[in-house]
Amino acid sequence: MELTKYINKVRKDFPALKLKVNGYPLAYLDNAATTQKPQIVIDAIDDYYSTMNANVHRGVHFLSEVSTEAYERARSRLQAFINAPSNAECIFVRGATEAINLVATSFGQQFVKAGDEILISMMEHHSNIVPWKLLCERSGAKLNIIPINADGSLDLTNLDSLLNAKTKIVALTHVSNALGTINPIKQIIEHAHGKNIPVLIDGAQAAAHLPIDVQDLDCDFYVMSAHKCFGPMGIGLLYGKREWLEKMPPYQGGGEMILQVTFDKVTYNALPFKFEAGTPSVADAVGWHAAIDYYSDLDHKKIDAHEKVLRDYAYARLKEIPGINFYGTAKDKIGIISFTIDNIHPHDIGTIVNEYGVAIRSGHHCTMPLMDYFGIPGTVRASLAFYNTILDIDQLCDALLESLQVFKKRT
Amino acid sequence: MDLDNLYQELIIDHGTEPRNHKVLEPHSHDAEGFNPLCGDKIHLYLLLENQVIKDISFISKGCAISTASASIMSEALKGKTIAQAQELFDEFHHILTSDDQVPDSLGKLAALAGVRAFPSRIKCATLPWYTLKDAIGS
Repeated sequence: MELTKYINKVRKDFPALKLKVNGYPLAYLDNAATTQKPQIVIDAIDDYYSTMNANVHRGVHFLSEVSTEAYERARSRLQAFINAPSNAECIFVRGATEAINLVATSFGQQFVKAGDEILISMMEHHSNIVPWKLLCERSGAKLNIIPINADGSLDLTNLDSLLNAKTKIVALTHVSNALGTINPIKQIIEHAHGKNIPVLIDGAQAAAHLPIDVQDLDCDFYVMSAHKCFGPMGIGLLYGKREWLEKMPPYQGGGEMILQVTFDKVTYNALPFKFEAGTPSVADAVGWHAAIDYYSDLDHKKIDAHEKVLRDYAYARLKEIPGINFYGTAKDKIGIISFTIDNIHPHDIGTIVNEYGVAIRSGHHCTMPLMDYFGIPGTVRASLAFYNTILDIDQLCDALLESLQVFKKRT
Repeated sequence: MDLDNLYQELIIDHGTEPRNHKVLEPHSHDAEGFNPLCGDKIHLYLLLENQVIKDISFISKGCAISTASASIMSEALKGKTIAQAQELFDEFHHILTSDDQVPDSLGKLAALAGVRAFPSRIKCATLPWYTLKDAIGS
C-alpha cells in the first residue's frame, strides 16, 4: 500500500496524466513511443525562455553566458547520468535516430568500404536499420543480422561467426521497443571487442527503465532520446568514445563546429562541438537536465518494484482475454507488452480501446522485419512507465473485452 | 456513440468474412496496396473488358475497416465501367472527408461513412480504392 501511495504521489507531478479522453480518465500505456513530462520539466523550459534565452557559446553578453552555462551544465549532468568519462564525449543531437545517422554517416565514411560487414539484429527499430542500410548502399558493405528466438530473445548461437574479420561495427538495441526484451549487451560488447569490433548501443528504450553506465558496458557509442525518459522532444544524446570521435569526420557543417574558415581551408572545433553544427536546442537540453534530476531523485527501489508488480498483473489479467497471443516473452524484459487477439486486427483494437480512454499503440512499431519474422502485420503494444497503475491495466483489459464484444455483435 | 457507427454490423460482417477474397484467374490487371501506418496490405485483381469491370477480387491482410471496404467495393464495382467506378470513388471519398449527408447512390458503401469520425482510419477505408486506381493504370 505504501507503494501505491508513493506512485499516486508521483503521478501528480505529470499534468497530462490528469487528462480525460472520451469521458474516461486517460490510461496512458504508450510510454515506449514517448513518456509524459513532469511539471518540473515543463517549468524548466518555460524558465529558460523567460530568463535565459540567448544563443550559446559565441556571445560575450550576460544572457549568452547564462545560456551557455545552462547548456553545458545539462551536458555535464548527462555525462554523470550515463557515467561517461568526459563531457567532450557527450554530443547533443535531435534524438537517438539522429545519433545513429551521425555514426553511420561519419564512422561509415571513415571506416567502412565495399565488402565490409555491419552487424545488427532482427529486433532493431527502423532507426537502427535504415541508416546502416543507407551506408551499405553508399559503400557496398553488407548488412548481417543476428537472428532471434521465438521468445523474442537474441539467438547468439552463431555470434562468433557473425563477428568476423569483415565486421566493421555492431549496432544493437539495449531494449527492444516492440518486445521489451533486454539484450545481454555487455556480453556481446565483450565478444566484439575480443575481435576489435566497436559496438553502438541504441538506448532509446532503456533509459527510462535501466541504469546506464557506459564505462561498465564499455560500449563505443550509446544513443538515447530525452523524450522517452520524461524529457522534452527534439533532443537526444550521442555518447562516443573519444578515440572514435576524434577519428571521425564532422557530420554536418555550420556554426559551432568550426574553429576557422577560409575559402581554402576549414579547421574543425574540438569535441563535442565538432559534431554540433548550428544553434542547438538549449531549452530542451535544460528541460532534459530537469528530467534527469527528477528521475534520479525518485525512489528507484519503489518504482522498480512497482513496475514489476504492474507487469506481472498485466500479464495475469491479459492472459484471461480469449484468443490473446503474446510476442516477446523473454525472461529479461521491461514492461512492454506486445500481443494480438485472434481475428481482430491490432488497428481495430487501438481504435476501440481509445473510445474507453486507453492509449496504446497498434501496428508494426517501426520493426517490420521483426513482424515479418513472427508472420504478423503488427501487434497491440501496451508499454508501461513507473506512473502507471493497476487501474490503467484494468481499464485496458475492460476495453479489450469491449473489442471482443464489438466483433461478436453479428453472431 | 461513434464507435457503434464505425463498427456497424455490415462492416464486421464484410470485415471478418470478406466477399471476392481470392486470386482472380484470369485477370487483366492487378496492383498491390500498402498502408505503412498500420501494415495493411491488399492485392487487387481485375478483369477488364472494353472499359468494363467484368470481375474483381482481392487478397488482403488488414484491419476490419480496410477489409470491409475492399469487400463492399468489390461487390459495388462488378459490371461497372471505369468511369462509373471513378465517379463512385469521388463520391465515397467525399463522404469520408466531409460532414455532408450520405447520398443513397452509395448503397452499402454508405456503411463506411462512420469512418469520418476517426481521421486516423480514413486511409484504411480508401486503401482498396487507391489500389484500384493503380491497378487500372497498370
